[in-house]
Amino acid sequence: MRPLVLAGGRVIDPSRNFDQTADVLIEDGKIAGVGSAVGRPDGADVRDVAGQVVAPGLVDIHVHLREPGNEDEETVATGARAAAAGGFTAICAMPNTDPVTDNQAAVGFIVRQSVRAGLARVYPIGAVSVGQKGAQLAEFGEMVGAGAVAVSDDGRPVVSGHLMRTALEYARTFEIAVADHCEEPTLAAGGVMHEGLVSTRLGLKGIPSAAEEIMVARDVLLAELTGGRVHLCHISTRGSVELIRRAKERGVRVTAEVTPHHVALTDHACENYDTHAKMNPPLREAADVAALRQALKEGVIDCIASDHAPHAYDEKEAAFDDAPFGIVGLETAFGVAHTELVLGGVLTLPELVARMSTIAARVYGLPGGALQPGAVADVCVLDPARHWTVDPARFFTKCRNTPFAGRELMGRPTLTLVAGKIVHDGAV
Amino acid sequence: MSATLGKDLVGLEALSPEQIRLILDTAEPFKEVSERPIKKVPALRGKTIVNLFFEASTRTRISFEFAEKRLSADTVNVAASGSSVSKGETLVDTAKNLEAMRIDMVVIRHGASGAAQFLGDRIRSNVINAGDGKHEHPTQALLDLLTIRDKLGKIAGVRVCLVGDILHSRVARSNIWGLTKLGAQVAVCGPHTLMPRGIAELGVTVFRRIEEAIEWADVLNVLRLQLERMEGGFIPSLREYFRVFGVTHERLERARHPLVIMHPGPMNRGVEIESRVADGPHSVILDQVTNGVAVRMAVLYLLAGGKPELADAAKRGAAD
Repeated sequence: MRPLVLAGGRVIDPSRNFDQTADVLIEDGKIAGVGSAVGRPDGADVRDVAGQVVAPGLVDIHVHLREPGNEDEETVATGARAAAAGGFTAICAMPNTDPVTDNQAAVGFIVRQSVRAGLARVYPIGAVSVGQKGAQLAEFGEMVGAGAVAVSDDGRPVVSGHLMRTALEYARTFEIAVADHCEEPTLAAGGVMHEGLVSTRLGLKGIPSAAEEIMVARDVLLAELTGGRVHLCHISTRGSVELIRRAKERGVRVTAEVTPHHVALTDHACENYDTHAKMNPPLREAADVAALRQALKEGVIDCIASDHAPHAYDEKEAAFDDAPFGIVGLETAFGVAHTELVLGGVLTLPELVARMSTIAARVYGLPGGALQPGAVADVCVLDPARHWTVDPARFFTKCRNTPFAGRELMGRPTLTLVAGKIVHDGAV
Repeated sequence: MSATLGKDLVGLEALSPEQIRLILDTAEPFKEVSERPIKKVPALRGKTIVNLFFEASTRTRISFEFAEKRLSADTVNVAASGSSVSKGETLVDTAKNLEAMRIDMVVIRHGASGAAQFLGDRIRSNVINAGDGKHEHPTQALLDLLTIRDKLGKIAGVRVCLVGDILHSRVARSNIWGLTKLGAQVAVCGPHTLMPRGIAELGVTVFRRIEEAIEWADVLNVLRLQLERMEGGFIPSLREYFRVFGVTHERLERARHPLVIMHPGPMNRGVEIESRVADGPHSVILDQVTNGVAVRMAVLYLLAGGKPELADAAKRGAAD
């Protein structure tokens, strides 16, 4: 592989609070040097990235690929390609596939498909319970041995308090987190959007904020009881933020993520019954959006994750009640987050990179998130001044279900490297 | 009069006060058609209309069908059971097939909120919402408005209280929009388990107790209590509901003045309303049904491009 020099960019490495204009030399799949005098080895591919940002590859710890089971909607390879286009060098695949990724063979399959694709790294997340049925613990030990980095029944909550408790306790052996989709099922049953004035006007059944908050409260109490590590997926309400804040103050081992859409949109996006605004948890109110943004700033919420959820176009072409939950997000995550949070004055660009890369990787103890010499060269180049319009027809993901179609964004990944290999080149 | 209705009638939230008045005023001349021995005018001759009912309905479907037939339209009724709808055909496929048959109008009732708009956004034909989920039932509210105007001579300033299951009621939502746009004062009354979040922000007063509502109101519009609400855990029993919220003769006797009693039907006698009240001298429940045909004739006529000022002529056959 030819050596590569990313020349003259703003190098942001949150792992060591590094933020200055420098060249980055990549050789043999590793970061060989960062600075103004890294040299230009013979035959090196020199890319002028002046005005752009060189950052550790972005890490998305919450992605739904549809392989195995619904390869018409996404495969490991197409998901990893979409990830690369979004600046991600690593993604975590949720286990709600068909069949469920709840054993070592299934975990190993995801790993093999990912290696075969050779794009963004794909780390499987195993199921908490066999078949995600919420009854019997899945084999965490064997799944971790096969490459799983966490466990979750995401897509559905761990309903049983007893199962959640034992999962947190059992996961301690393998030093992995249990990630929960917080939703009290009897309160959320039949709901299709946030419960509030908009749902009242539209005549749609709402999901109250309390449905999430009750489970957030339960999960932090169980993490406190067990000493286990809980990770709370796609937090959406201001009440959840307060519960997490207080738990962290007490020293509970809890981490949390938020999606770009939950910090960019409110339940008003559901008006006109736009099924591309239907996701779970639902889009909430302006006060929730404000609290989520502040929580990211303060670190109460640790990271941003896309909850990329591909659905075939005709599934979303339905009455709101009948459409599935979820939107694709890998290719819009950085643009939306940069536009809303950095240009919106919430985060600095280095803070955004930290929440989308360095800290995101730390949540599950993944490699990456750093650019120091010697590190594996998982790198992205981001152009914060790139103005673009979201055109789902140009997505690499197989699906087009996004509420951001036609939206003008500022900031876009232009180059993505995994172990020094170019997996996405926006100039091509 | 410059207001027109546009392509579809999805709900009253999107209509202006002028558009609502236009429909009510256009309904007036059509009332007389139903009183004739030969109840037919040629206003919609040659138009084809599909009544697409994904939910069971007797009253609304028959009312629409009479309205269509009295305007001389050709009509087809499609019920969910026995059609391809029950074989899993999607709403969008149904829409495309109807479009392919070059129909002029669709009257749709569907269990999903937003279904009428979904259809209207995808086909060129006019779409009339005959009830979509918990969202709107605009022609029901229009006939309620017409009945109030007939009975009290005005709508502005009238105090109307909707009683019962507001949470699940499309009739309530359409009434709230229509009444508030025309200047009525609107209240709702029922158990809090059946009140939607944020209802007061729509500009309505919320009464906890039926006695307070009766003391305040000029008109009570008593909604049907779906019997399955008990199994849903919203109320403990029909017996207790009648005890606490039932509109009874005894309660109405304490009112300052006689209240106009309305009900969109079908009634559960002895649950939300006492028979003596439903059948009493201040009940306009059957006037609502009569007005339903006239209001639906007006909506069909206006959406088909009929000129409001010609409605009177249309009923004589001159406008076609």
